[in-house]
Amino acid sequence: MTDLALRSWRSGAKPDYFASRARGPVLSENRNRRPLETARTRLLVAGAVFALCFAVLGSRIIDLSLLGGADANRPTAHAPTATLTLARADIVDRNGTLLATNLPAPSLYVDPTMVLDAEEAADKLRAALPELDRDTIIQRATAGGRFVWIKRNLTPNQHYEINRLGLPGFGFVREERRVYPHGPLFAHALGFTGVDNHGLSGLEKAIDEALSDPTEARRAPVALSFDVRVQHALHDELSAAVADFRAKGAAGIVLDVDTGEVLAMVSLPDFDPNAPTLNTAAAHFNRASLGVYELGSTFKTFTTAMALDYGVVGLNDGYDATKPIRIAGYAIRDDHPKNRWLSVPEIFVYSSNIGAAKMAADVGTTRQRAFLDKLGMFAPIAIELPETGRPLTPKHWREINTLTVAFGHGIAVTPLHLIDGFATIVNGGIRRAPTLLKRDLDAPTDGTQVIRPETSAIMRRLLHLVVTDGTGKQAAVAGYLVGGKTGTAEKAVNGRYKNNALLSTFVAAFPMNAPRYAVLAMLDEPRGNESTFGFAGAGWTAAPVVGRVISRIAPLLGVEPVNEEIAPGRNDLVVHINGRSRQLASF
Amino acid sequence: MSSFSRTDTSVLGRWWWTVDRWALVALILLIGIGAILIMAASPGAAARMGLDPFHFARHQFVFLAPAIVVMLLASVMTPIGVRRTATIGFVVGLILLAATLLFGAELNGAKRWISVAGLTLQPSELIKPSFAVVAAWMFAEHKNNAAFPGHWVATLLFILVAGLLIFQPDIGMTFTVTAVWLVQLFLAGLSLLWIALGAAILVGAIAAAYLLLPHVASRVDRFLDPASGDTYQVDTSLDAFRNGGLLGRGPGEGVVKNLLPDAHTDFIFAVAGEELGVFACLAIVGLFAFIVLRGFSRVVREANLFVVLAVAGLLTQFGLQALINMGVTVRLLPTKGMTLPFVSYGGSSLLATALGMGMMLALTRRHVSHRGLLV
Repeated sequence: MTDLALRSWRSGAKPDYFASRARGPVLSENRNRRPLETARTRLLVAGAVFALCFAVLGSRIIDLSLLGGADANRPTAHAPTATLTLARADIVDRNGTLLATNLPAPSLYVDPTMVLDAEEAADKLRAALPELDRDTIIQRATAGGRFVWIKRNLTPNQHYEINRLGLPGFGFVREERRVYPHGPLFAHALGFTGVDNHGLSGLEKAIDEALSDPTEARRAPVALSFDVRVQHALHDELSAAVADFRAKGAAGIVLDVDTGEVLAMVSLPDFDPNAPTLNTAAAHFNRASLGVYELGSTFKTFTTAMALDYGVVGLNDGYDATKPIRIAGYAIRDDHPKNRWLSVPEIFVYSSNIGAAKMAADVGTTRQRAFLDKLGMFAPIAIELPETGRPLTPKHWREINTLTVAFGHGIAVTPLHLIDGFATIVNGGIRRAPTLLKRDLDAPTDGTQVIRPETSAIMRRLLHLVVTDGTGKQAAVAGYLVGGKTGTAEKAVNGRYKNNALLSTFVAAFPMNAPRYAVLAMLDEPRGNESTFGFAGAGWTAAPVVGRVISRIAPLLGVEPVNEEIAPGRNDLVVHINGRSRQLASF
Repeated sequence: MSSFSRTDTSVLGRWWWTVDRWALVALILLIGIGAILIMAASPGAAARMGLDPFHFARHQFVFLAPAIVVMLLASVMTPIGVRRTATIGFVVGLILLAATLLFGAELNGAKRWISVAGLTLQPSELIKPSFAVVAAWMFAEHKNNAAFPGHWVATLLFILVAGLLIFQPDIGMTFTVTAVWLVQLFLAGLSLLWIALGAAILVGAIAAAYLLLPHVASRVDRFLDPASGDTYQVDTSLDAFRNGGLLGRGPGEGVVKNLLPDAHTDFIFAVAGEELGVFACLAIVGLFAFIVLRGFSRVVREANLFVVLAVAGLLTQFGLQALINMGVTVRLLPTKGMTLPFVSYGGSSLLATALGMGMMLALTRRHVSHRGLLV
């Protein structure tokens, strides 16, 4: 509304202060004094409120700046130190011992657009990171783009040193590095991770998704079936044997026969997963789960169990082992020839190839294959490892194959296959898939019955007999009732067996009256030494390893030793041999 | 300047002897402090937007001299001149405000800016002081002449302005205009019964808003319990004051301004807290308080109701905006986008505040009243 409009509205006799304009810029006094008085009083109120507000504001500023502003509602951790959030779950053994974890390892990058002097930066950087190449740094610091890696996974010291240089354009990315506190001890089982912290081999690769799962579940470490103490004992004894017998390599496994949990798995030579690239491919090869081998006489365990379980032979039956079997141009001989009729226990205990072959022949090819298939000998073992070997089996299963497979030739499986099948034979005949993860004790472990429990009981006696009277005497451990089977195989090189390149294996379980753990030791090309009188066979090389391992781990695992002379149930292990009055085994 | 003799009756001479020189000095000081702070806060904000470091400082400085000139020119005006200027400003402002809704450029989801002859203007800034004066006129006129429904006209104008502002939307500006209108209504003698009723309705409305509108509840909750939501700006602002302490880190030495997105506008007081310290902050608060309270005290003895209401309206708008801005910065009040008069970055705001304070100075000049006496 303008003055003009207002004036036209204000026509009339009312006092018009616009009429008094001649008197200067003076506005008319209010006719009514009351509104002015009210306005003045209320103006004081408004002024007081303003004054109060300004005073409050002033005191708040003093409080805040000088006293920190005691603010009860303010979150105390307003500038928290960065919480350590790990991108990959830890791995622990069955008792919670740390096997793999992460450490913060910042990585250095360069933003070339912000580098002032690439050459100076390169010279300074090389003081902290001498392994870097000067030209490479300059090239990267002058490259296009805004992000080029310089060095991944720095140590805290390097991080500090580089930070101290204060080079513009160089920055850090928070990263983590996988660390294996036990070094090479679990090399093949755990595997290792790459620079982006994802698994490249072993368990780290097999369960990579679970380990790097970004949900809540990953905060909990993954518990393995391994026991670091057992692993160490096995690793230690195998390493000593490799040194003693100048073997090319070795493999060893300890398995819980009832749950299928792998307590230890060693493959030699090994490597340090903390620096995996320093070793050759041979060191990365997992002989325990990936390598397939003709494991020789250890297979007689399966042949004998098969023949007994099918009812083809009884303990009192036997075969003539006076003459080698000649078939298809080959001759099957015994390594320890007795040149007489042998009972089934004798065939097993003295490891007669002829006897085993004849047993298998009586069982027949079809049933033999079905049996081995049920034992899992034809398929890769389903275990939490990417490195699992597929068994080599005869393409055309002829009679000769039936005979040779009976004593472990013409079929190549991994040591893991062997100990898995062995556990099945001794645990009452139930096959369970082996695992590297700790089993829930309450959860039932399903398995398939492969042989009858009675057959398993007989096999336990026979296996114990091998240790008390046969080829596995050196695996005996007082009080722990070890039972096992030797296997000395000549390695096939270029299609021909070499008699000076052996693969010596011993697979055992203990205590044999109620087996709990199976132990396997395999030596690749051991050479006899003075203590073995030059012999390199399994009984001389692999069996002692198993014996020593058992003597070390049995107390750790809580297996109570028994007095073998007075042990109750000793008759369980007695084997009567047909046609002879003496007992072959007293326990 | 003291060369003006008491008897000098030229325009300038009269101005010098009648104007509130203390308030004038305070206002000039405030403008000076604003210039220093905008230089401190500019580089951080400019770097975030990829502008040249002193972009904001330079822009503000362009408006600095015109603002002082506008204030001084306005303060020379007579009360009638003030009223005319305000009325013209109000009409122009209303037209521009309506035009903004139609042709304005949208920024952050609100249409507040309009381009006139190459200049980007915020018409709502012009409306603020003009409305205070025009509404005061209407209220006073009603008291002078009961037959003239001035209070209804003022209320109608208020609804018109508030409606246009809400449509932008600019809640902060709406709030300021509302406060001016309410204070004038109060001073103009609104009966205590109505005030009590209004207070009751206000409390009821606030309670209803809290209970019924989730976003209001969230804002209030966040204010009452900072841990419950994003209070980044306010938390950072509080850190600025803690960093500053008694004497501050020194001009240009602050670091918080680099973290505060609105360091050059709504949170410029935090920059002052960090760089200049408690004494400077108290001085700024003191300057605002001095200007407001001195203005009030000068018009308490004023015989003309229009002058009382207009000055009270202008100072309420000025003081309330300062109080809310600084209150938010030190977390006395929930976050509300409001600039600090004369200090925050913004050309339109600077010019409009200068106009408003110039009119305030003009109205508080000692002048001959109806009775021919100097008050």
